[in-house]
Amino acid sequence: MPGIGKRMTLTSILFYAFSAVLVVAALGVITARNPVHAALFLVLAFVNSAVLWLLMEAEFLAIVLVLVYVGAVMVLFLFVVMMLDINVAQMREGFTRYAPLGIIVALLVVIEIASVVWVKRLGVDTTTAVPAAAPEGYSNTQALGELLYTHYLYPFELAAMLLLLAIIAAISLTMRKRRGFKQQDVAAQVAVRPQDRIRIVKMAPEKDA
Amino acid sequence: MIRQSVLLTIVLAPLIAAILAGVFGRFIGRRGAHTVTIAGVAISFVLSAWVLKLLLVDGAPPVNEAVYTWLVSDNIRMEVGFLVDRLTALMMVVVTFVSLCVHVYTIGYMHDDPGYQRFFSYISLFTFSMLMLVMANNFMQLFFGWEAVGLVSYLLIGFWYTRPSAIFANLKAFLVNRVGDFGFLLGIAGVVYFTGSLDYQTVFEQRELIAANTMQIIPGIEWQAITVICILLFIGAMGKSAQVPLHVWLPDSMEGPTPISALIHAATMVTAGIFMVARMSPLFELSEVALSTVLVVGATTAFFMGLLGMVNNDIKRVVAYSTLSQLGYMTVALGVSAYSAAIFHLMTHAFFKALLFLAAGSVIIGMHHEQDMRKMGGLKKYMPITYWTALIGALALVAFPGTSGFFSKDAIIAATAAASIPGATYAYWCVLLGVFVTAFYTFRLIFMTFEGPERFRTDAHGHHDSHTPHESPWVVTVPLIVLAVPSLVIGWLTVQPVLFGDYFGTAIFVEAAHDTVARVAETFHGPGAFSLHALLTVPFWLMVAGVATAWVFYVKKPELPSQIAARLGPLYKLLENKFYFDELYQAVFARGSRRLGSVLWRAGDVALIDGAIVNGSAHVVGWFSGVLRRLQSGYLYHYAFAMIIGLSALLAWYVLR
Amino acid sequence: MIQLEFVLLLAGLLFALSVAGIFLNRKNMILLLMCIELMLLAVNFNFIAFARQLGDLNGQVYVFFIMTVAAAEAAIGLAILVVLFRGKKSINVEQLNEMKG
Repeated sequence: MPGIGKRMTLTSILFYAFSAVLVVAALGVITARNPVHAALFLVLAFVNSAVLWLLMEAEFLAIVLVLVYVGAVMVLFLFVVMMLDINVAQMREGFTRYAPLGIIVALLVVIEIASVVWVKRLGVDTTTAVPAAAPEGYSNTQALGELLYTHYLYPFELAAMLLLLAIIAAISLTMRKRRGFKQQDVAAQVAVRPQDRIRIVKMAPEKDA
Repeated sequence: MIRQSVLLTIVLAPLIAAILAGVFGRFIGRRGAHTVTIAGVAISFVLSAWVLKLLLVDGAPPVNEAVYTWLVSDNIRMEVGFLVDRLTALMMVVVTFVSLCVHVYTIGYMHDDPGYQRFFSYISLFTFSMLMLVMANNFMQLFFGWEAVGLVSYLLIGFWYTRPSAIFANLKAFLVNRVGDFGFLLGIAGVVYFTGSLDYQTVFEQRELIAANTMQIIPGIEWQAITVICILLFIGAMGKSAQVPLHVWLPDSMEGPTPISALIHAATMVTAGIFMVARMSPLFELSEVALSTVLVVGATTAFFMGLLGMVNNDIKRVVAYSTLSQLGYMTVALGVSAYSAAIFHLMTHAFFKALLFLAAGSVIIGMHHEQDMRKMGGLKKYMPITYWTALIGALALVAFPGTSGFFSKDAIIAATAAASIPGATYAYWCVLLGVFVTAFYTFRLIFMTFEGPERFRTDAHGHHDSHTPHESPWVVTVPLIVLAVPSLVIGWLTVQPVLFGDYFGTAIFVEAAHDTVARVAETFHGPGAFSLHALLTVPFWLMVAGVATAWVFYVKKPELPSQIAARLGPLYKLLENKFYFDELYQAVFARGSRRLGSVLWRAGDVALIDGAIVNGSAHVVGWFSGVLRRLQSGYLYHYAFAMIIGLSALLAWYVLR
Repeated sequence: MIQLEFVLLLAGLLFALSVAGIFLNRKNMILLLMCIELMLLAVNFNFIAFARQLGDLNGQVYVFFIMTVAAAEAAIGLAILVVLFRGKKSINVEQLNEMKG
């Protein structure tokens, strides 16, 4: 079936292309001189990942990755990077000091993964087992939602709690009282009584001279 | 039938009395203390006598029963139990009787002592310990009694604990006894090793099993197991019964008050070894080597320790050396398998030696705590009761025919003559010459103390009549009289059944080949004939010669001894220094262990433990922490690196192995 | 088609790069956080690849949770960073050695 073969070829080309960009983006993240550039490289990496995930039929997650990571987390990163006055030169000092060690460890990790994949073969037959094509009218989002709201309901609620916690934590960590900061005291405003506002003074009538 | 409760009462009465007097002494006062303890010992004595009567007259069977099982470990039962046969009963009566006399006597002797209640508590405890020892039916309890006796003797010898000499003496007694106890313990261990039991009965039933075994102590040399065990047990007996070379503690134990000298020397502690060997007769009978060892050690003690008594001037020490010598006689009797003769001599000796000690104590009271015989003399006039009773004791000690000591000692000499095991000839000469020596030092004591000029009148300070001797109070003299009676007649009355009759029955076991007592018995035709026949024998004339020599030296020509001493300079010096045993031990063991201790202190304590182990480990921890501290740089990324490297290394091990 | 092996290798490369990034940018805390995000991304790749290979959606659910946690982590991490900067006027990790024992 040439059609299928062409499709697969196209998928493969897309995969390799975006993979290459992803790796370059990751390299950019770790070597960028400027933190803003690094953050932007990271955005690139996330967008590329989203495309790769689409290729791997994880549509919902791909969208979430773009929305949550690129839209929220990375914006937060950029915000922080730009807000803080970072001394880049000082940060770059001794940049390559631990590079050999880092490279060794990185190579080790790659070798490990490779050995798991090609030597141990994972216990799954990856060469012949072709993933079945999704049936007509299949929705990744719907399937994931069905799973999340039934089987994973409690973990899902827990994740929600976790996010709430993160919000509270982030706010309470960064909140501070500044001196001379003018602020409304709503409680005091609500609790106010008439007698506090109006003072009735008794006095003798003054004579009009 | 002898009831268990009776036996328990016999043992526990002195113990309870000791606790009452010792712990509550302050509340019950002096009178309370001596009343309680005397009552306790009196109960024991009466019941012991009753038990003896049951066994002897009513023919009750011997008791052998466990009272309480302390623990069972690996099938070895540790029990408190009683074995009461005629041997035990005899010991019980002797122990409690002498102890009772000593208790009464103590009222007078310790009258002015601030430690009155404590003393009564100790001597009652001593009685308890000794009763536990003799009534034991297993090795565990025997060892308990053994150690308890050692402990209380330590307390008693050091009773006047403010005197350095007393502390030295009690420490010495304790340490020397430890040496013996170590052997004893090894012996018991050997018994348990081969039989797997602590019970006498079981062990004796398996004695052939022990005899069939050999053991290697030094590799390559096979030893008869039974010989090793018996000699080890006998080493224990040597410590307690003060045999050469473990005798050195006994003369020094005179540092204690006189009543306990009487108690230790006559009835309790020193007889423990003799009793134990007699009790173990089924084991000892199987090993001729062990018997020969016993014989030679005993003979040496009997003769050479007697020699020391000839030159000493302290009245109590002379009696102490005579005790050593008499213990030697008993040991000789054990060595020639004449166990009944040994126990018989033990009994008669208990009476007359307690009598002599208490008489010596009475003299010491009369002389206001003066113990040097050179400052006495002529006391016969002032202390008649003491004199006559002491004379009876002396006659019994030198074995004057008809007295109690005569029957037992003559039997031992005859048994030794009849013996044929190796060493018997040496032993025979020792005991024979010992008779002369005994007679000499005993009457030297009598003559120097009671006869001759009244040397106390011209003391160094020159004030005359400042302390005229006086007769002791009744609490002192009554025990003397009470002890004098058996000293005189008990031999005559009991020689027939105890020695030659079937008194001991199965309590003592003798192989037919060793049975020297039986050989002596062939020539025995009643106590009267025995006494008359003695007049024609060598020992009697040696005894007479000894007494005569003493008379010549100390009454007729008092200047003679010093001349002879001068003539025999080195020999005299040797005796005066007690064969240099103390000096030898002091130099070799005491100084050696001090040196060893100081080496261990420097090398072991200071260098190894303090230096290497204690401070060393602290240093290592400090050093190691110093190294680890560098890892804790505080830099976040160091921790991150450590995590990453560790994780990847772990993964690498997991994946690539 | 996309072969599982290559996805896994890609994820491994991504992970290794972020590890190297931690070693290189050890002083810059923001970059350390970014590297951690990259690491989590690599892990997510694995989950998604296996989910597809085995036809099991549970893997994607895991990715969902990981992303939740990562978002929370990023938020709190950045908050801490801000607080830190306020105190020290720097985010140089080199100067953060108060934990030194």
